[in-house]
Amino acid sequence: MTTKLFGEPVRRREDARLITGQGRFLDDLGANALAAAFVRSPHAHARIRDVDVSAALDVEGLVAIYTWEDLPGLIAEPLPLLIPHPALTHGRTGHALARDVVRHVGEPVVMVVAADRYVAEDACALIEVDYELLKPVVGVEEAAEAVNLVHADVPGNIGAHLVQEVHSAAGTSAREAIEAAPHTLAFRLDIERSASMPLEGRGVYARWDADDESLRVYSSTQTSTSVRMAVAAKLGLALPKVEVIAPDVGGGFGVKIVHPWPEEILVPWAARLLGREVKWTEDRREHFISSAHERAQVHHVRVGFDDDGRVLGLDVNILHDHGAYTPYGIIVPIITSTQLVGPYKIGAYRVEFTSIYTNTVQVTPYRGAGRPQGVFCMERTMDRIAAHLGRDRTEVRAANFIQPGEFPYDQGMTFQDGRPLIYDSGDYPESLRMLKELIGWDSFPATKAEAAAEGRTIGIGVGCYVEGTGVGPYEGGHVQITSDGRVHVSTGLTSQGQGHETVFAQIAATELGVPIERVSVVTGDTRRFGYAVGTFASRAAVMSGNAIALACRKVRDKALKVAADALEADPRDLEITDGVVHVAGAPSASIPLATVAVLSNPLRYAFDQEAQRATQFAGPSSDDRPPVEDGEEPGMEGRDYYSPIRSTFASGMHAAIVETDPLTAEIKILRYVVVHDCGKLINPMIVEGQIHGGVGQGVGGALYEKMAYDEHGQLLNASFMDFLMPYATEVPRIETAHLETPSPLNPLGVKGAGEAGVIPVSAVVAAAIEDAEGITIDRMPISPSDLYSLRTDTRLRKIQ
Amino acid sequence: MKPPPFDYHRPAGLGEALRSLAEAGAHGKVLAGGQSLIPLLNMRLAAPGHLVDINGLTELGTIAADASGVRVGALARHAVVERSGSARAAQPLLAQALRLVAHPVIRNRGTVVGSLVHADPSAEMPAVLALLGGSVRLASLGGERDVAAADFFVGPLESACLPGELAVSAFFPALPERSGTAFCEVARRHGDYAVAGVAAAVTLDEDFRISAARVVCVSVGPVPVVVDVTGVCGRRPPASVDWDAVARAVQDRIEPEGDIHATADYRRHLTGVLVTKALRGAAHEAAEGGEGPA
Ligand SMILES: Cc1cc2nc3c(=O)[nH]c(=O)nc-3n(C[C@H](O)[C@H](O)[C@H](O)COP(=O)(O)OP(=O)(O)OC[C@H]3O[C@@H](n4cnc5c(N)ncnc54)[C@H](O)[C@@H]3O)c2cc1C
Repeated sequence: MTTKLFGEPVRRREDARLITGQGRFLDDLGANALAAAFVRSPHAHARIRDVDVSAALDVEGLVAIYTWEDLPGLIAEPLPLLIPHPALTHGRTGHALARDVVRHVGEPVVMVVAADRYVAEDACALIEVDYELLKPVVGVEEAAEAVNLVHADVPGNIGAHLVQEVHSAAGTSAREAIEAAPHTLAFRLDIERSASMPLEGRGVYARWDADDESLRVYSSTQTSTSVRMAVAAKLGLALPKVEVIAPDVGGGFGVKIVHPWPEEILVPWAARLLGREVKWTEDRREHFISSAHERAQVHHVRVGFDDDGRVLGLDVNILHDHGAYTPYGIIVPIITSTQLVGPYKIGAYRVEFTSIYTNTVQVTPYRGAGRPQGVFCMERTMDRIAAHLGRDRTEVRAANFIQPGEFPYDQGMTFQDGRPLIYDSGDYPESLRMLKELIGWDSFPATKAEAAAEGRTIGIGVGCYVEGTGVGPYEGGHVQITSDGRVHVSTGLTSQGQGHETVFAQIAATELGVPIERVSVVTGDTRRFGYAVGTFASRAAVMSGNAIALACRKVRDKALKVAADALEADPRDLEITDGVVHVAGAPSASIPLATVAVLSNPLRYAFDQEAQRATQFAGPSSDDRPPVEDGEEPGMEGRDYYSPIRSTFASGMHAAIVETDPLTAEIKILRYVVVHDCGKLINPMIVEGQIHGGVGQGVGGALYEKMAYDEHGQLLNASFMDFLMPYATEVPRIETAHLETPSPLNPLGVKGAGEAGVIPVSAVVAAAIEDAEGITIDRMPISPSDLYSLRTDTRLRKIQ
Repeated sequence: MKPPPFDYHRPAGLGEALRSLAEAGAHGKVLAGGQSLIPLLNMRLAAPGHLVDINGLTELGTIAADASGVRVGALARHAVVERSGSARAAQPLLAQALRLVAHPVIRNRGTVVGSLVHADPSAEMPAVLALLGGSVRLASLGGERDVAAADFFVGPLESACLPGELAVSAFFPALPERSGTAFCEVARRHGDYAVAGVAAAVTLDEDFRISAARVVCVSVGPVPVVVDVTGVCGRRPPASVDWDAVARAVQDRIEPEGDIHATADYRRHLTGVLVTKALRGAAHEAAEGGEGPA
């Protein structure tokens, strides 16, 4: 009973630590380290003529000032382009410190190291950079006109251009299908910029050990293993001499998968050069202007459909605002392009995107990673089709669903992992049925009429999505049972608060038959596990979860073998319950896992009483076999990897009821309902928590958040005063229901859940507002002021 | 986000505080609750050479209320004033407004007088002082002076408090019998500064007709905009006032600007909506207080 934990709402083991202030985040470390601060470009586009540091030299406590000129070897080279792609013909990345030209406000120009951050900032304020202003390129459509260039050697400001075409079964192209369709519609849809905005910003703390010639780096990252490789490569250090640890991380949401950040290279470099510990903790303004944003895209949609609303042809043209650089390749528009089709069978599909450079902060994935935009396109399209045909919006969706019997379903495209976009499993009709029941879809017209009678305006909206999760290439797990009976689990990917310590412990406890209290989990520490990819794309449970399960199974097999020897039983007759191996049906014939662990490691020296049992003279052993048999290893350890052939596809459907104030145009979400399918649930409470957080961020994207750039490329709202993330008071209560269609692709049958909540929120809220107001909503987010303007415009149009 | 260097003073008494401020002159700044000043320092938008921290001057933490009104000391925190029964009895608008100021944790530190000196045109307390025709008492080595609200708010983030002066208290007058007040606003998120907001004070005569009505609007001008609408209301019972006309009269007097949160048009519209809502609320309260018809 105590050991059957998979699927249980086990309380998060990390919470006691985190909510009582025992968490150790980057800035809690290295109290005596020197502090780094940066002079960052105040201009969106400028040439650096000169850097004059003379006034800063007298600041007491100043240790060093570095510009690009000071950077040696590979550190002076452009930062890596992490995910190359043939369509990214003009990929560009920045430098650790700007070289010649700055391309967005916030780009680092000078690094200052000083006794503390106060002094470092004082010195920064005294450094004078002489800039020659260049014409800023702001706004994706303006940039596409290419009057001015962000990169002198990138014509048209075009970084990438990609077309994907999926013909219908009969071989027609999307454009032909649209031409031939009984009904066609064409419209434009816009999504604004937002950002991951973790409450803990980025941060790096490095310690150089001169005696050992080794480097330890702490980074608030989503990938410590890859930061390690990048740091070793850039600094020319042998990999075994570099260790990177992700301590407690206060949120990532995508921005911390990007690496190496300039600071991740510069801080370790300075630490080694100076022989001193150096730390940099990002402040909020830096995070706004120097990390990464996402979401901004313009979409032109054309769709052809039949009388039942079945989509015969869909043609989407996307302008993707990539900001100044493309360190993470074109993953975001690829995901929009491929995930746009959601749970639907689209007759023929053509999607084209152009990635455009602008003089703004670079764009890299933020939770959802292109999906919210794609889902906004598809779901707004479904609503338009329904409106055009005068049909129920859910009926039109149902008419297009892939049916449960049609899996695996091949969408005919290449997904973000370079593999075919083949859905593994799902049950979309059932999902929709559950959703409609939960929100009361069928009785809503009556509710709406009642509200109208009271002078209230309410509306309902629905949105569906499919999310490719658990992308490869691999993750690993290491499991060790020590002679005290404790189980030590480690995996290389990192945690940012999701609950990995709990979920991985549940998996290990279930697989090994031990109480969860005996299991400890370490993530993101290259000292414990050197091979990993990272935490992104809703992949931790799928990738590391399965790897840990497989590693546990190895350890279990070994434990049973050792125990079988000791108990003189057949391993096939043994079970493990509560940390004790026993013969099935004969609980007295048993041996604790602790003892098994002792016996698994033949000893010469008894370091304690337990250990005596494993020493050479302790008991009978067969003289014709070596103490450690061929193919075996001492100790109760197992390591295994999970590498999937392709992604698993989670899905979900959301519905919301909103109320709009007829006078003030305020928008309130009255109910928010989620039906979610991530395959087998490891911990339903944690999945719900992930959904809640995701919906919260989705509400931000739908109603509050935008990056307000002016025409000069200045970000006008680079603080929490004016960049409005929803508070708890703005996030509605979220009602959830789960559907479990296990993934056939992995041993645990799980799919990812991390990003799900955020994906359809803008589509759902837009639909609900549209239903309430009878006004077409084609751009998000929407504020009361925006809604007021829409009302006024609509009224004026009617009068004209 | 670290402040530039400054000298820190923590006077133990008023005299010492005034001396420190006099010595610092234009380079001095008072630190009260710090809820506005500390962010400005950390973003290096302000760089005073001297900070005079008045948090040790416990004698300034008083709230004195009587039939004439409420005198709020410079160290009285928003939260304390909000919860003060005597303040509420003498001038209910204080609590009505304070519940709209930021969030509880900020109200626990921020001070009413600090908010007045800070003179943010979106803030509630300057509006309340302006609506009620209150005053701020400023002290310096040279003595004390009282500045009327109408003269105190000079521009956005600019008050009549001069270098070397400490605002020691503010006085919020009570209203006559059969008066009511209300504060209505729309903020983007709970606790944010208002996109637009209106406070109203209405006094009824013995026949429960409107004898005086005033509103003050926030976030629609460089300072709180007070508009006396007694005339437009006519000497009528609230139920027969042409509220739309009143709203239009106020809309004509404001100068809203557009920003990233709202257009000028929306602010004007919203102000009109809130004028009606606040005046009706205030009239209702006035009638209830006088036990007349609502
Ligand atoms: C997140 C957040 C949200 C907020 N939302 C609102 C809101 O919705 N509405 C609102 O009204 N306010 C809001 N505030 C501001 C808050 O009310 C502040 O507390 C207030 O504006 C200033 O009061 P303080 O005591 O903190 O002053 P401080 O920050 O200490 O000082 C502010 C300014 O006033 C000067 N000053 C202060 N006291 C005196 C004095 N006695 N004599 C002379 N000069 C003085 C200081 O030198 C400084 O220039 C918000 C603040 C935050 C952080």
